[in-house]
Amino acid sequence: MIERTPILNLATHLILAVGLVLILVPIWLAFVAATHDLQAVNSAPVEFWPGDQLWPNLKEAWALSDFGQKFVNSFIVAIGVVVGKITLACLTAFALVFFQFRGRMVIFWAIFITLMLPLEVRIVPTYAVAANALSPFQTIMDWTGISWLLNSLAGIEVSLEWNLLNSYTGLILPLVATATGTFLYRQFFLTIPDELVEAARMDGAGPLRFLWDILIPLSKTNIAALATIMFVYAWNQYLWPLLVVTDRANYGVVVVQLSDLVPDQLTTGGGTPTWHLAMAATMVVMLPPILIVIFMQRWFVRGLINTDK
Amino acid sequence: MRRAHFKFSWIVPLLLAPQLLVIFTFFYWPSAQALYWAFTLEQPWGGGNTWVGLQNFRKVLSDPYYWGSVRVSVIYALATTVLAMGMALTLALFVDRQLAGYRAWRVGIIWPYAVAAPAVGLAFNFVFNPGAGIFSVINTLSPGWWDLSKYPWQAVTAIVIAGAWKQVAYSFIFFLAALQSIPRSLTEAAAMDGARPLRRMIDLQLPLLTPTFFFLLVINITDSFTDSFGIVDTLTGGGPFRATDLMVYKIYSDGFRGFDYSGAAAQSIILMCLVMALTFIQFRYVERRVHYT
Repeated sequence: MIERTPILNLATHLILAVGLVLILVPIWLAFVAATHDLQAVNSAPVEFWPGDQLWPNLKEAWALSDFGQKFVNSFIVAIGVVVGKITLACLTAFALVFFQFRGRMVIFWAIFITLMLPLEVRIVPTYAVAANALSPFQTIMDWTGISWLLNSLAGIEVSLEWNLLNSYTGLILPLVATATGTFLYRQFFLTIPDELVEAARMDGAGPLRFLWDILIPLSKTNIAALATIMFVYAWNQYLWPLLVVTDRANYGVVVVQLSDLVPDQLTTGGGTPTWHLAMAATMVVMLPPILIVIFMQRWFVRGLINTDK
Repeated sequence: MRRAHFKFSWIVPLLLAPQLLVIFTFFYWPSAQALYWAFTLEQPWGGGNTWVGLQNFRKVLSDPYYWGSVRVSVIYALATTVLAMGMALTLALFVDRQLAGYRAWRVGIIWPYAVAAPAVGLAFNFVFNPGAGIFSVINTLSPGWWDLSKYPWQAVTAIVIAGAWKQVAYSFIFFLAALQSIPRSLTEAAAMDGARPLRRMIDLQLPLLTPTFFFLLVINITDSFTDSFGIVDTLTGGGPFRATDLMVYKIYSDGFRGFDYSGAAAQSIILMCLVMALTFIQFRYVERRVHYT
């Protein structure tokens, strides 16, 4: 379609430029602050151009927050959530789509409902479960009398205990407990033609072979899409790791570390606020998910739109 | 619906078990426990919880601080949603014209989605800080005029701007995808009838975006209730004078700093009902979402 709209084109570029500036300015100012030393950041004429202190600031902030181990932890948690979510989502959706059995819709809805309540909303009781992940089963056994039965018959005192605080499992599992990926997979599996299933069955393939040899190769784009949004989601978790990890030196993640860098009375003791270090750390922490979003843009956008999250 | 199936066998329960176990332990059980706590009170000397009926709710609902928290949460939700969606819609309409540099504009607007909420809070904490950064200039002109830690309205403005900044990318992605799914034939027909680009935006594109608009409206409001914790924690810490004590932040501080599990659970239940109500509305509109592909 050919249309000549020179004025509107100019206006379009102008509007987009203004929008982009609004989006970039805060982060640009933060970046500039990360490239100056303590005096320059806190002096009256505001710096708008980067200085030469970026590398020293990064080094100091890195050492101050002990980022080495924390970056490793962040990667472990993010990758754990990605792998866990994709595996669970794939298996569940496969069972729900390719098998017919009683109670299928009940299970479908039971999983579907988990979309409604994000972790932040049920944070207090979830924390209690993380303190002992087996407490639900203990309570059920106590209520139903199984504990009593075991105790009187075999003389075994039932006390199940599995503490998830300060562990990778505790950081990962509750983040996996939603249905986001399951629906992406379900929608994809529903588009697989019946003929493919019939052909596979005729060739003597069982369900697991069908899943492994046909469905998984076909769902590569799905996996990429889901992986990008789950990585960003897991990397950016804040409230949950803040609660579950008290042993920051060994299990802390980078995003939580930002809360310690807020330059207020607590951290500076009334001294000059160390904005340059706080901003340098912010830059480092932001970078991995931003790179993922920029380089995996196609998959990321697709995943976001298809999961509605 | 699918006609070809595999025969039901012992592997089906095995396939379903991991997900069901995880959501039972970390979703259904905690949600049930929140209900239990909300209607009981822990004894100060141990010895389990006693049933207190609606007492916890009465206590929460008669607490002026709670209503302050609800008030600022609603203000935050509405203000961030309007700002973020307005900006996202404008940008999406113009990016969709696909002029030169289309890809660069798109990436430039999408990337903030990847920034963690506490990082946004911390960066804006620097930007809005009265002692360093651009607002220190205003303060040298009229000393003490701008101080987030003193004036509630300034703190609320700061979290609203930070929250809206974070939300723009999400809405933008959905608006742009919706715009691009409008069939070309419709646009061409409108152009042949003599509708110029701006006219097409108003009379063709905007009406066709309505389903996406409602979907995003609900999602943005829900997210602002749940996603705001990181921003508040690193930007204002709930202050000054509880002016930015949003609902999730209050649940956190009552539950984990005040050790008032029953009160926090009652607040959680209220917030759960709110989020569920919003999600129900959303599902109604999701059903009606228009697809042209």
